[in-house]
Order: sequence, then C-alpha cells, then structure tokens
Amino acid sequence: MLKIKNLHASVEDKSILKGINLEIKPGEVHAIMGPNGSGKSTLASVIAGKEDYEVTDGEIFFEGKDINELAAEERAHKGIFLSFQYPVEIPGVSVTNFMKTAINETRKAKGLEDMPAKDMLKLIREKAELLEIDRKFLSRSLNEGFSGGEKKRNEIFQMAMLEPKLAILDETDSGLDIDALRIVANGVNKLKSKDNAVLVITHYQRLLDYIVPDFVHVLYKGRIVKSGTKELAHELEEKGYDWIKEEVNA
Amino acid sequence: MDLKEKLISSFWAFENHQNEDAYLHNIRTEAIKSFEDKGFPTKKEEAWKYTSLNSILKNDYSVFPKLENTIEYNDVKKYFIHDIDTYKIVFIDGKYSSHLSQTTHDGMDICLMSSALSKPKYRILIENYFNKIAKNDSLTSLNTAFSSEGAYIHIPKNKMVAKPIQILHFSTGNESAIMLQPRNLIVVDENSLVQIIERHQSLTDNTVLTNSVTEVFINKRAIVDYYKIQNDNLNASLIDNSYINQKQESICSVHTFSFGGKLTRNNLNFFQHGERINSTLKGITIIGDKQHVDHNTLVHHKEPNCESHQDYKGVFGENSTGVFNGKIIVDKEAQKTNAFQSNKNILISDKASINTKPQLEIFADDVKCSHGCTIGQLDESAMFYLRSRGIPEKEAKALLTYAFSNNVLNSVQIPEIKQRINKIIANKLGVNLGFDL
Repeated sequence: MLKIKNLHASVEDKSILKGINLEIKPGEVHAIMGPNGSGKSTLASVIAGKEDYEVTDGEIFFEGKDINELAAEERAHKGIFLSFQYPVEIPGVSVTNFMKTAINETRKAKGLEDMPAKDMLKLIREKAELLEIDRKFLSRSLNEGFSGGEKKRNEIFQMAMLEPKLAILDETDSGLDIDALRIVANGVNKLKSKDNAVLVITHYQRLLDYIVPDFVHVLYKGRIVKSGTKELAHELEEKGYDWIKEEVNA
Repeated sequence: MDLKEKLISSFWAFENHQNEDAYLHNIRTEAIKSFEDKGFPTKKEEAWKYTSLNSILKNDYSVFPKLENTIEYNDVKKYFIHDIDTYKIVFIDGKYSSHLSQTTHDGMDICLMSSALSKPKYRILIENYFNKIAKNDSLTSLNTAFSSEGAYIHIPKNKMVAKPIQILHFSTGNESAIMLQPRNLIVVDENSLVQIIERHQSLTDNTVLTNSVTEVFINKRAIVDYYKIQNDNLNASLIDNSYINQKQESICSVHTFSFGGKLTRNNLNFFQHGERINSTLKGITIIGDKQHVDHNTLVHHKEPNCESHQDYKGVFGENSTGVFNGKIIVDKEAQKTNAFQSNKNILISDKASINTKPQLEIFADDVKCSHGCTIGQLDESAMFYLRSRGIPEKEAKALLTYAFSNNVLNSVQIPEIKQRINKIIANKLGVNLGFDL
C-alpha cells in the first residue's frame, strides 16, 4: 500500500529526513517511535503532502503510484488521512458542515455526485456513536474551544467519516486522559480491516497497549534505526531511548 | 468645466427652482460656499492620505438626471432582503419609487426626505435635527447643498419597530455617468428600537458616484441596529458620510459589509452625549480586482461610563487596496470609558495592500482603551489541515477567510442578513461549499 524508498526531506534547507525506508501492507498496523526532534511528525506531514517540506531525494509510492507531485487534497482523495497533533480551529464552520464539504469534495474528485443529505446524516450519526460523540458537539464550530481530548476524538471521527486506506495518527495520544485514549483507540480498532492500514506515530508506548502494532520502528536523526515487533515498544518504555542513541552513535 | 465648477453652477440653477423658505435656503447656500472654499479633498489632507478621488472625479457626471426610469421588482428582488417583511424606501436614479417602496405614517414616519423638507408638519423636527451633526467638511457640505431626497425616519418614543427598514438606491444606467447625493435623517426617540438596512446598487456598468449623508439621532435608552451592504458594480463608487448622535443609555451598532464597488469610503462618526452609552462599529471587507475600501471611523466619548467596540476585518486580493483609520477621542470628563478597537487584515495577493492606523486621543486618566491591528496571510498550517481532509486549495482558502471574518457576523441580529452576507462571501470567493456558510 505505502512504500517509501530512501526518503530525504528538508525544511528551509534544514535536512530532517535522511533516508527513510518503510513498507506498509494492507491490514497492517505500524508504529513509529522516537525521541523528540527525530523527524516523526515530519515524516507524517511529508506523506500527507505538506508543501513546507521539500523532498530532496527518494520516493513515496501509494498503491504503486508515485505521489510526490500530488497536492495534499489529491493524496486525501486517494485515501491518505493524517490525524493532526494540533488540529486547527475553524470558527463559524460546524463539524457537520466541515465534514459535508470534505466528503463531497472527495466524491467530486472521484467523479461522484454529492452524497444525499439523508445518507450524510445517517453516516454522521453512525460514526458519532462509534466515537461516543454527543450530537450537540457536531453543531459546534470545528475545534473551537474543544478540549485536547475533544479535538483528538474529533480527528478520529473525521477519519471514520472519510474511511481512508491509510490512516496516520500523529501523536494522537498526547493530551488524552485514559478514558479519552480508550475511546479513541477503540474507534481506530473498529475501523481497522484487512484492506486498510494504520501508521501510529508516538513518543510513548501507552497508546500501543490499545492499538497493537504489527511492527514498531524507531526513528532517530531522520533514519529508521531499529525495527521490531510490539516487544520493542515495551523495551523502549522500560529503558528509554538512550540505549538506542548510544547504539547509533557508537 | 471640471466637476467642482459644474456642481457649483448646477447648484445655483437648482436653488433658483426651490420654493422654500429662508431657513433651508440659508443652510444650502452656506453649504455650497463651504464646498467652494474647500474643494474636493486631496491626498494632502491627513484624512485622505491613502485615498485619492482623482480617478472618480474626472467623469462628466449628470447631476440632475433628466430621464425617469422604472424597474420591476422581480428584476431587483435579489438586492432586497426579501425573505422577511420589511418597510422599504426605494430610489431609482435618485428619485423616489413608490411602487417598489413600502412606507408608513402609522404611529411613526418612515417616508421621504423631500416630504420632510417641504411639509410644515415636519418643520420642527427638521429645524431641530437636520444638518445639526453633519460636519461642514467638503463632501458633507456638497451633499447638504444638494440635499433634496433620501429617507426620513422618525420613530416616536416607546416604539419597537417590528419590521426592519430597507433603504435602497438603484441606478439604472440611464445616463452614462451619474452623481447621486442621497440625504437621510433618522430620529429615534426614547426607549424605541429600529433596524435599518442600507444598500446602493448600480444595475449596469455605467459610472456612478454616490455621496451620501446620513444623520442619526438616538435618544435616551433607544436602540438602533444599522447594516450597510456594499456590493456594487466595479464602476460604482460610494462615499458614505454617517453621523450618529447618541444620548444616555442608548445602544447603536453599525455593521458595514464591503465587498464591491470601485472606490468606497465610509466616514462613520459617533458622538456620545450622555452616560452608559454603547456604540458598536463592525465591518467585513473582502475585495479584489483594483477595488479600494477606506474605513474612516470616529468615536467621540464626551461623558463618563460609556463603551465603544470597533472590530473590522479585511481580506484583500489581487490589486485591491484598503485603508482603516480609526480615531477615538476621550474627553477629560469621560472617565471610566471603555473603548476597544481592532483591525485585522489578510493579504491574499502580493499586490494588495492595506494602510491601517489607530488614532487615540485620550484626555481622561481613568479609562480602558485598547487597540490592535494586524496584517498577515492565511495560516499555512491551517491550509494544510483543510487540504489534508480532501478540501481543495480554493475552497480551503474560502473556509479560512470565512472563519477569519466570522466573529463580525456574530453580532448581526437579523438571521436573513447573516445568510445573505454568507452567500455574498461564498460568491465573492468563487466557491460552492455545499452548504450555506
């Protein structure tokens, strides 16, 4: 589904990713862990198509096609979703209206008619239930005055609405209390199928107790320096990142 | 003959046809002399430093349109707020259109300036209020000299006017260039409430210059809610001179929505006479092309314990230019004044520009006055957020622009106006978002 080859990326001439190789197949859950500043969020943004980052070398294939030249919205239309660490507030635009726009723009890109209002409402209700979201919440302005937990839950709600093939969760666990974490993880797990994939980006192992990864990669200084299974995440939780740094720097 | 000379000679021709008493004749002749002395404002004057009238003064305007024209309601319905019942005072090329209007004399007067100026029963009000707060600057003086038609609204005390009043000025393109000088007088007595919607609309691409003057008197505890919708054609220019006089505990808000026109200048002046007065001035400007919008506001706090709130948002694209000049004066007596001013702008093109200037003159020592102005671009991270959800660049820009100006709409009391403004914004930004913003 996603194949990244020797990816180098920089922002304002500062090199951040220095040769990433990663392959994610349908049905898999991958986790990327790493200390602060290792390039985790950059990788997420580069896959989703943020223009601030310049890909200086390497390739990103999604379902066999090179997506490097595609705009963020085109990647979204192909089925890539990024859950933001810091979702943006949009005053005056309700969660419902925002979702209508996002879904219908995606349908338009695929040559489909707008989703009938009735179906849209049904879908919204269904997915809101999955994330234990109150109906009143849906008429509030997007992310405006939302608590940290509400913002993250709303991100996963949007993911549920858009049904992406590849969902990238960038630090979705940060700022969540244990109940919110459980709801968010539960939502992600229910959306999981053999046809889609999840890339979890996190600093801590906590979220991975709920969203269990098939593979864990450690990102350090812009490279994947270690890959393993979920046991690697436990090891990192126990021992921290210093031993990895020592191994790499040695 | 340039426009100034033409106007002065037209004035004398016009004045000789007026059969009126010395009172109005004196006001008009004083006014034309004032205009003659001052001439049109130029960029040398501080208040006009960033707005040049040169390009609009060179046209050969028809000052008194000879031909009368009619228009059918269905052709202009879209310019009305038509989904609610309203009073309407409608002018076509400066002349009153009775068939498009809906006026009243039932317990209040919602009618014409020409009647008010000529009929004896209105004389006391005219003598008490007409031309009492309008400044004698050149453009206001010019309007005063020519003032003959416009809206006259008098709401007696303890009256809640149930329907909003729409004042609409259409120009039909009968003349290749026309100059209009509507004059409105609005007097709201104690404890009364009125909502007013004003719009100037050109129906063709012919050139129009409107130099409008509105005087509003708001007596004790009265409430006035005023909306100006400016979305005219690219050959239409508007100079709006509004003067608002508030008495104690009155509340007035003016929302100015500027989306159209070639050159728009809003001179909005508030004078507070009394305690615990609340004045609100809000605006959204979204322009492109070579459009120019200039907001020149004044709030004069003369007595203690009053408030004023100014919040103007501007979005400038292509080669458009904007000006915000907001002046707040707090007299020595006006202790405990709370005056707030904010002007935030987004430039969405490298060629667009905005000049913003707060001007605070505070002579009292126990006041809360704050002001802030910003100029920036649309937030790139926010753009990425929207686009990552499948929303294309143009639509994402529109949503963010809307979000940026949204707080100004929160204080709009008439839902149909909010809907209308949202539609105009979506239209202006060239998007169909699949829902009414």
